[in-house]
Amino acid sequence: MPTPVIIASGGANLASLRFALQRLGCDAPVTEDPGLIEAASHVVLPGVGAARDAMDRLRAAGLVDVIRRLQQPVLGICLGLQLLYTGSDEDDAECLGIIPGQARRFSRSARLPVPQMGWNAVRKVAETPLLEGIDGESYAYFIHSYALPEGPQTCGVADYGGVFSAMVQHENFFATQFHPERSALFGAAVLSNFLRI
Amino acid sequence: MVVKGVRFRDHRVMGDIIELARRYRDEGADELVFYDITASPDGRTVDRNWVNRVAEVLDIPFCVAGGIRNLADAETVLNLGADKISINSPALENPDLIEALARRFGSQCVVVGVDSLAMAHGPSSDGGESKDSLKGGATGSQDGQPSTDPEYLVYQYTGDPNRSRTSGRRTLDWIIDAQARGAGEIVLNCMNQDGVRKGYDIEQLRRVREVCQVPLIASGGAGAMEHFREVFERADVDGALAASVFHTAAIPIPALKRYLIGAAIPMRPPEEE
Repeated sequence: MPTPVIIASGGANLASLRFALQRLGCDAPVTEDPGLIEAASHVVLPGVGAARDAMDRLRAAGLVDVIRRLQQPVLGICLGLQLLYTGSDEDDAECLGIIPGQARRFSRSARLPVPQMGWNAVRKVAETPLLEGIDGESYAYFIHSYALPEGPQTCGVADYGGVFSAMVQHENFFATQFHPERSALFGAAVLSNFLRI
Repeated sequence: MVVKGVRFRDHRVMGDIIELARRYRDEGADELVFYDITASPDGRTVDRNWVNRVAEVLDIPFCVAGGIRNLADAETVLNLGADKISINSPALENPDLIEALARRFGSQCVVVGVDSLAMAHGPSSDGGESKDSLKGGATGSQDGQPSTDPEYLVYQYTGDPNRSRTSGRRTLDWIIDAQARGAGEIVLNCMNQDGVRKGYDIEQLRRVREVCQVPLIASGGAGAMEHFREVFERADVDGALAASVFHTAAIPIPALKRYLIGAAIPMRPPEEE
């Protein structure tokens, strides 16, 4: 039985994530405790709000190096995906630097509302355990103003005035730009796949 | 995106709320909005634990509207698992609340609900009420030019028929102001259409769309599947909210989504059974 934890990275809405894991049979504590995080079978790094605030909070909790050194499967969600990268244009934030790349703001020139808030289709572009048993296009729920361009770590993309990384994987670090806990059956399948890694 | 509004005023119907949440989740609604009528407008403290119960069963986003008048109310509701909070009359009373909420929780969870009434307005129209009500309004042009366009005015306290009144603001001005203050989404409830089931107010929604850079959700007037198609195609809204036609199952959500997808409106398909 997996024993995941959720890193308390700030942002109000961790209840929905906890409930989503509960529906899969896991009671995941929300914690800033490095010992609990290191001992977990799986680590979820959620994130709501601004990249700089989230990084400040991780630094204050002494978690930056703890996260970088994790060997077990890690799942970044939403801002948590962006935090895995080198940095974000949002307040010029320096992030964890686990994956090379820079989060960019959506351009308003596409005449699409920013933030993107809603359902969008995710298309698989590379094999990943997160999409095990899931074929074709699936809809997922996104809320974000910044995104990572497609790169070597991208395994799922979505299009919002241009293609961006919806799912990435780098060694034991996985991430979704969408909210699996709010993405109905598709999201539950992604979370369930993650817990099986 | 099909959004379902659930309006309730009695906590004894709690079981029904959870039941409804499950039903709409299974039918493929993309988002639910809960109007907690008990929570407003008299400002008393209310039991919000139903939010937690809803969060437990829902795997789609949901928004709580009603009675959120300060940061503490918002924090309670968000911590209990809501994805968004929607504010209406309290934002009109205190527009700074939008800024405070956006700074604290991020624009993405701050929805501003706007109840808007179209007034016939022209050189010879009986625009007396609207003119009077605009006196002392904080926004709006003062050019006094007569116009043949309908005037759209923001109403407040619409949850209470005895208190419902114009706020003295023009709808377009208020929506521009609300976005500048950090609103991350606008739900425009077109009051003339509400409950009439004759279709969304396309003209008003188009006007609002021109000034609305954040997601815009249409509300009020849905009575047939064509109305949903029309509002997506002609008013370019990001979502369409309806209540009664879904409650009564006059329009089943899976059939509606298949219809809209067939009309080439991009949308999450209903879950396969």
